[in-house]
Amino acid sequence: MHELCSHRHSTENITLIKKAMAKSDVKLLGAWPSPYVMRARIALNVKSVDYELLEETLGSKSDLLLKSNPVHKKIPVLIHNDKPICESLIIVHYIDEFWSSGPSILPSDPYDRAIARFWAAYLDEKWYPSLKGIASAQGEEAKKAAVDQVGESLALIEDTYVKLSKGKPFFGGEKIGYLDIAFGCFLGWLRVTEKTSGVKFLNEAKTPHLAKWAVRFCADPAVKDVMPETEKLAEFAKLLAKFRAGPPK
Amino acid sequence: MADEVILLDFWPSMYGMRLRIALAEKGVKYENKEQDLRNKSPLLLQMNPIHKKVPVLVHNGKPVLESSIIVQYIDEVWKDKTPLLPSDPYERAQARFWVDFIDKKLYEAGRKIWTTTGEAQEEGKKEFIEVIKTLEGQMGDKPYFGGEAFGFVDLSLIPFYSWFHAFETFAKFSVAAECLNFSAWAKRCMEKESVAKSLPDEKKVLVFLTEYRKSLGIE
Repeated sequence: MHELCSHRHSTENITLIKKAMAKSDVKLLGAWPSPYVMRARIALNVKSVDYELLEETLGSKSDLLLKSNPVHKKIPVLIHNDKPICESLIIVHYIDEFWSSGPSILPSDPYDRAIARFWAAYLDEKWYPSLKGIASAQGEEAKKAAVDQVGESLALIEDTYVKLSKGKPFFGGEKIGYLDIAFGCFLGWLRVTEKTSGVKFLNEAKTPHLAKWAVRFCADPAVKDVMPETEKLAEFAKLLAKFRAGPPK
Repeated sequence: MADEVILLDFWPSMYGMRLRIALAEKGVKYENKEQDLRNKSPLLLQMNPIHKKVPVLVHNGKPVLESSIIVQYIDEVWKDKTPLLPSDPYERAQARFWVDFIDKKLYEAGRKIWTTTGEAQEEGKKEFIEVIKTLEGQMGDKPYFGGEAFGFVDLSLIPFYSWFHAFETFAKFSVAAECLNFSAWAKRCMEKESVAKSLPDEKKVLVFLTEYRKSLGIE
């Protein structure tokens, strides 16, 4: 009787372990508001890879995060078979290269790849910091300068979309690719900035192509469940501002 | 069909050096067009209208920008010879991570050393040594960052070595004294022909930076 029980338990355990392993092979340390984390999630979705999302809480860094990304201590971190990969664009490259039999994320031509990589780097180094600069701008003049800068660079991105898509629905062509993911992840925060600043940046009037692209992007099956609602993100933005301001003096 | 490869470069540019090394490793013939950054050429402005910076690789008339992107482009186009990136996806991710780390941390720390004095310079020096030590730790016992073969991380880092003499002179320290393994790695890289012929004389770099500092009114 005792032996029968053990046998049944161990079979159940094996099934549970197998189920757990399939998902826990791939872990993503992240947080739902982060556009960088979203890049990794979209890429995993494109490849139909099951993963476990481990949400970091605002204000504290888990031991696992500190162990997995000791250099930068930031999310996202992809942990695949216990090996960490850091930096969102590097993670997207990794996902594309490891799960190479799934739909391609990077373009196949080396020159197209270089172009896509260039624009992704531009977004991270210039565009997104300028977007964040609007909220931190002190005074009317600084705010206007920040707003103008974002508007100008969006016009550049609109042109880039036209050139690279060549009439197709996405930067990547028929389906979403590297640059769609690299830029699309910022749409939530762009909408929040539009709300708080009162300025419209991405719309039919100013960026007609990107406006339509944004709708398509957000509706994509790889994107729609991980794109946060603007309202929810706006609430989080308020929380974040409070958190950064520190306790009342 | 012959490839036309032009490199828009500036002799002390660490980023330009990366490309000289990469192209030499691949045995690619190219024309080096030295740029005057105080008086930017129409070609440079046409090829890099957004950032207006060097280096730029112009391949059959088409510009490729950003040194780490250009190195990957070179590796992918001239793929039949001397791979610069590892083939394993995880190893590639690691290589990209460390090049990104170098780009984010080392240049800035170095810049503090040569563009400031006093406390700010001390801070730059401390950061600089910390970055080198982190990289040294990452390399461990391996001859190169990638392991047995010279690769992406090595060629992205070794150009900074040509500026060390200037940094050490301005901030009065010695990298070799603080980071033995790093110095051994650097000497190993300098023994390679592709590296030795791509890096400028460190004394020439010191003269250049000293003059530049003067023109900026530092010291």
